[in-house]
Amino acid sequence: MKILVTVKEVAEVEEDFELDGLRVAERYLDYDLNEWDEYAVEEAVQIAEESDDDVEVVAVTIGPERSEETIRMALAKGVDRAVRVWDDALDGVDLLDVGAKTRLLSAVVEDEDPDLVLTGVQANDDSFGATGVSLASAIGFEWAAVVNALDLDAEGGVANVRRELEGGVEELTEVDLPAVLTIQTGINEPRYASLRGIRQAQSKEIKPLALSDLGLDAAAVESDLVLTDVYEPETESDATYFEGDAGEQAAELATVLREKGVGAQ
Amino acid sequence: MSDVLAVVEHRRGSLRDVSFELVTAGADLVGDTGGDLHLAVVGGDVDAFAEELSLAGVDAIHTVAEGDEFNHDVSVQAVAALYEALDPTYVLMGNTVNGLDYAPAVAERLDLPLVTDAIGLENDGGLVVTREMYASKVESTVEVDADRAAVTVRPGEWDAAEEPGEPAVEAFSFDLDESQVRSRVTGFEEVGSGDVDITDADVLVSVGRGIEEEENIELVERLADALGATLSSSRPIVDNGWLPKDRQVGQSGKVVTPKFYIAIGISGAVQHVAGMKGAENIVAINTDPDAPIFDIADYGIVGDLFDVVPELIEQFE
Repeated sequence: MKILVTVKEVAEVEEDFELDGLRVAERYLDYDLNEWDEYAVEEAVQIAEESDDDVEVVAVTIGPERSEETIRMALAKGVDRAVRVWDDALDGVDLLDVGAKTRLLSAVVEDEDPDLVLTGVQANDDSFGATGVSLASAIGFEWAAVVNALDLDAEGGVANVRRELEGGVEELTEVDLPAVLTIQTGINEPRYASLRGIRQAQSKEIKPLALSDLGLDAAAVESDLVLTDVYEPETESDATYFEGDAGEQAAELATVLREKGVGAQ
Repeated sequence: MSDVLAVVEHRRGSLRDVSFELVTAGADLVGDTGGDLHLAVVGGDVDAFAEELSLAGVDAIHTVAEGDEFNHDVSVQAVAALYEALDPTYVLMGNTVNGLDYAPAVAERLDLPLVTDAIGLENDGGLVVTREMYASKVESTVEVDADRAAVTVRPGEWDAAEEPGEPAVEAFSFDLDESQVRSRVTGFEEVGSGDVDITDADVLVSVGRGIEEEENIELVERLADALGATLSSSRPIVDNGWLPKDRQVGQSGKVVTPKFYIAIGISGAVQHVAGMKGAENIVAINTDPDAPIFDIADYGIVGDLFDVVPELIEQFE
């Protein structure tokens, strides 16, 4: 069995930042593996560890060479090898829409022929939350979005999942395989990479693939969405702020709380 | 002229709030272009739902009597068939857990550009969508460089439509391809019904990512004790296993309306705010003065929780 896990290096914006055109200025960005993908990676690695059969876990990312350092962290946690899609045509693209990501990942799926694809529910940068289900539709796989429990019955050809709906309700669903499942945070406890894992990851393959390697041309990454403006949202706070040092702030808050009958007893 | 097809949502016998917000968003988008707003109701008690959705601004309601509960395979086929039949310019869906379970497949199948989690829509000779990026730190506008599009709208951003109207209600039938229904909903379960009911508390001390380590949870527990309050949390704390699921406030957790909600080290992501914005008084303690939690707070302390909370405990112990 082969599991393909989509992973993405995402930038987190520091508390104070400046904009540089349609981007957050580079010096205010901290790069890391997308939080949801941590859980998707862990889920795939656990399936591989718990299976009696040989399970290969392959990570796929769309990202520049810089992202290899982040992708290697997934390799250190038990992913067997990785595929990195990048191309000059992607340099300087402000916003890669869901359709473009789907075209790129579909080509990788065709190449790799996995039995199961795991993605994160969303990426923490552009937050479309749509690539996994879009990919499933494109490659003819079944799917389930926002999965927070997974029981794989590979022999029976189904995955029994729980989908985390709003308001503390979970939906129990049976999904035919092959499938794409978008993984929610909290489904497992992502491990820390061991020193041995980190060492082993150095010799694991991260295969770079350009558009031509995937049988695609520049049209594949043409986005139907154009980013036209990026700005800091206006803060609308009309809160009463307590100033001073921590002691003074706490004292003022305590006064308000007592006045309103909190902690008065 | 732009026609809009908006797809409503229901669960376990009731329409979801987002359905009525979709009517408002759809009516706005149709605006004065002279187009029509169509609603699609797929599954459930479609006749009762259609009656509830007979609202001003809606031109037609198309009911698809197929199954009791949401099934994404059925929804994708039904919406695709309606799209072929009605030829709308825009398809609007909810940016909900179920919305994200079928909308991307609808867009992919119909070869429509997809914009998710819209918080603003403008139809100005083309579609311009406002949405957030980088965990709500940045807002952006996105122009759709195509004649048609699929959009999911964020729940709670548009007012719910209330004014009654008289749309045409039409049963829509299409040939469901059963071989493409490859998932089955087998049940629902309420989660986190432990011994503490945070929805019942008058005062909630709620802790978020800013607490940094599991061992620091004790600090906010002490504050909750000193105030006679109940301890709740945002999602990351539950994801990390530091507090049980029944303590989680937010979209996927509980919706709470206490007299006082004291948010400690919680940035105020939209999913969290959805669960607590109805609190009578909101106190926010956070190091980041730009944290969105301050937008809805009544009282704010910009400061390090590790300095402020011990002082606060001292005030009450």
